[in-house]
Amino acid sequence: MEILQIVAFALIATILVVLLKEHRPVLAMQLSIVVGVVIFLRLIRYLSLVLEFLTGMTMQANISLVYLNILLKIVGIAYIAEFGAQICRDAGEGATAGKVEFAGKLFILVMALPLISAVLETILKFIP
Amino acid sequence: MSGFNVDVIFRIAGIGIFISVLNIVLKQAGKEEQAQMLTLGGVVIVLLIVIQLINELFSSIKTIFNLF
Repeated sequence: MEILQIVAFALIATILVVLLKEHRPVLAMQLSIVVGVVIFLRLIRYLSLVLEFLTGMTMQANISLVYLNILLKIVGIAYIAEFGAQICRDAGEGATAGKVEFAGKLFILVMALPLISAVLETILKFIP
Repeated sequence: MSGFNVDVIFRIAGIGIFISVLNIVLKQAGKEEQAQMLTLGGVVIVLLIVIQLINELFSSIKTIFNLF
């Protein structure tokens, strides 16, 4: 039951962050960054399990791996942008968080351009 | 790996509490400049730990999601 470990870890970390926030807000913010990173590093094993499963299903369905790779890249960009934006927003920098989210959306759009053009070409083939 | 995880949290919180206490002592002794420097030093030390972890996070995300 790794979820129990993670919840206990998050509770202890929350207590420590609240303890530090009063006198040392900078250290409290850095501590919350570390908490996010450590929890993600614990989850990586399970994440790669799911991704291997998805890759296997894609191979079985005879779909090109290029599309799965694009999807994975989009998920990665979304996760990392969300992570940065949440940290910025926690520290009271809503404006910076908004810019980070905007950059994430733009990069996702750039990644999705080949998919969009493929879909449009397929639709145009059906229209005589 | 799992030992390192909880360790790093307590290390950062310990640095924070230690700096708070030393800060109060230095302020009582009338050494405002040293207190300021101590705060700055603590932030830099914690920043070194945080940067290492963020580097680890970014490289693992790059390998998992096939970025670049």
